[in-house]
Amino acid sequence: MTKDALSSLLSSRDWLMADGATGTNLFNMGLSSGEPPEMWNIERADDIRTLYRNAVEAGSDIFLTNTFGGNASRLKLHNLQGQVHELNRVGAALGREIADASGRKVVVAGSVGPTGDIFEPMGTMTHALAVEIFHEQAEGLKAGGADVLWVETISAPEEYKAAAEAAALAGMAWCGTMSFDTAGRTMMGVTSAAMAEMVEKLPNPPIAFGANCGVGASDLMRTVLGFTATGSARPIIAKGNAGIPKYHDGHIHYDGTPELMAEYAVLARDAGVRIIGGCCGTMPEHLKAMRAALESRPKGPAPSVEDIQAHLGGFSSASDGTGDDPDAPKRERRGRRG
Amino acid sequence: MADEEDIILSELSDDELVLQMHDDLYDGLKEEIEEGVSILLERGWTPYDVLTKALVAGMTIVGADFRDGILFVPEVLLAANAMKAGMAILKPLLAETGAPRMGKMVIGTVKGDIHDIGKNLVAMMMEGAGFEVKDLGINNSVEKYLEALEAEQPDILGMSALLTTTMPYMKVVIDTMKEKGMREEYIVLVGGAPLNEEFGKAIGADAYCRDAAVAVETAKSFVARKHNQIGA
Repeated sequence: MTKDALSSLLSSRDWLMADGATGTNLFNMGLSSGEPPEMWNIERADDIRTLYRNAVEAGSDIFLTNTFGGNASRLKLHNLQGQVHELNRVGAALGREIADASGRKVVVAGSVGPTGDIFEPMGTMTHALAVEIFHEQAEGLKAGGADVLWVETISAPEEYKAAAEAAALAGMAWCGTMSFDTAGRTMMGVTSAAMAEMVEKLPNPPIAFGANCGVGASDLMRTVLGFTATGSARPIIAKGNAGIPKYHDGHIHYDGTPELMAEYAVLARDAGVRIIGGCCGTMPEHLKAMRAALESRPKGPAPSVEDIQAHLGGFSSASDGTGDDPDAPKRERRGRRG
Repeated sequence: MADEEDIILSELSDDELVLQMHDDLYDGLKEEIEEGVSILLERGWTPYDVLTKALVAGMTIVGADFRDGILFVPEVLLAANAMKAGMAILKPLLAETGAPRMGKMVIGTVKGDIHDIGKNLVAMMMEGAGFEVKDLGINNSVEKYLEALEAEQPDILGMSALLTTTMPYMKVVIDTMKEKGMREEYIVLVGGAPLNEEFGKAIGADAYCRDAAVAVETAKSFVARKHNQIGA
């Protein structure tokens, strides 16, 4: 099997830059909330081409396809579950077209977001069903020419594992990031250390793993330090939000400036991250500033938690949820029954 | 633990049984909760006391640990599920005995927003705290919220949105309530997405609730204040 495009790029470069926000950009182009963005792959293909091209022109080596919610479980909410293959295929094909026309090596990463369902026993989703749902989406992305699958914003370990299995079924190389937004952990309680451990136990581990979205750039960088502390040799991905969303005059703005995101990108690289990008609120001007900083500023020592706080601002919670915190509140428990 | 003796619920004193039920709720043990509720009822406890002292008090511990980042969504869902099983036994009895109501909430995600895990958690935790909850589901227009307020006459309106693009719609709902002169009749709580109190204030809500546990605490304190006002 020939090496996938992402692995080849990774072996020739110290760091790669991924893209920024998909949703924020599309909303700025007139997507209204509640509309499935994936329909734009067909109805407004030129806008999707522009979205991809903007990321490439801002210096991204990797961009994600407009297929985040393109699984049957999400599309069903719009009664579009019958179009999973088509919406994903076209989303990836438009990406292929832009990447091939760029004149350099750019990776088309087929975005795969969560199903939005909770796994049993608490919820209704089963492993078998999740694998089937992700596999269907993966085949569409593959048919459209995506180089790799890019699983993102996952919070449940069960869902991450199901996506891994689907990638194997589709015969595709993949990457997978989780979203650490609850007191340093994912919504379902996964710590950065637990994720790093889970990744290595998979029968088909991802090319790279990491964190995306969550609560601003500083929290995301603290999560990254959690990954690196495990000593994992696997490439790490950081795709943080451009700051925190703020309400202003009826609209929401992310408060992260291009300068802050450039600072974040440099810190991420210095921490050892191989794939650096943005998430919500990250626009082409942020990406340009990130690329310029990554190219112009010399590599420094890995930052500490204090460095991150000093450069990017404070954290949303006191601890990142890993390790034993002697100050952590404990609950006196009575006997558990056998 | 294997070396621990099995606890027989029916052999525990009332106080011990209640503490055990708090632990069982914490561990999400549905059948044990059902058993505990039945035992207390057989011992002559009022349904209201079983609800408040055993179930609601137990869920308060779960809520506090969720708020403090000790418990996460999976554990909370299991606890809420156990609570629900206990409630199923109590609900008809509470109605019969005319027990005092904690309050009622109408909740739903706003128009354009289909992300409902957070909203479901709040609904479950509110039920866990003894509130009556009318869940409007996802993607609710102003009209749907207002209709439900008319029909259900709740104390609280809860609106949820995950997307930063849908959150501003909460203001549309609140502004419409103001126009119709009905804003002051309800406690409006909003939640979802990584926003903050500042946002809640800016759109005219009574409070922004960071998570489901905070939503319950906030709801309790606002309802208590509302009742005090009526009493005064």
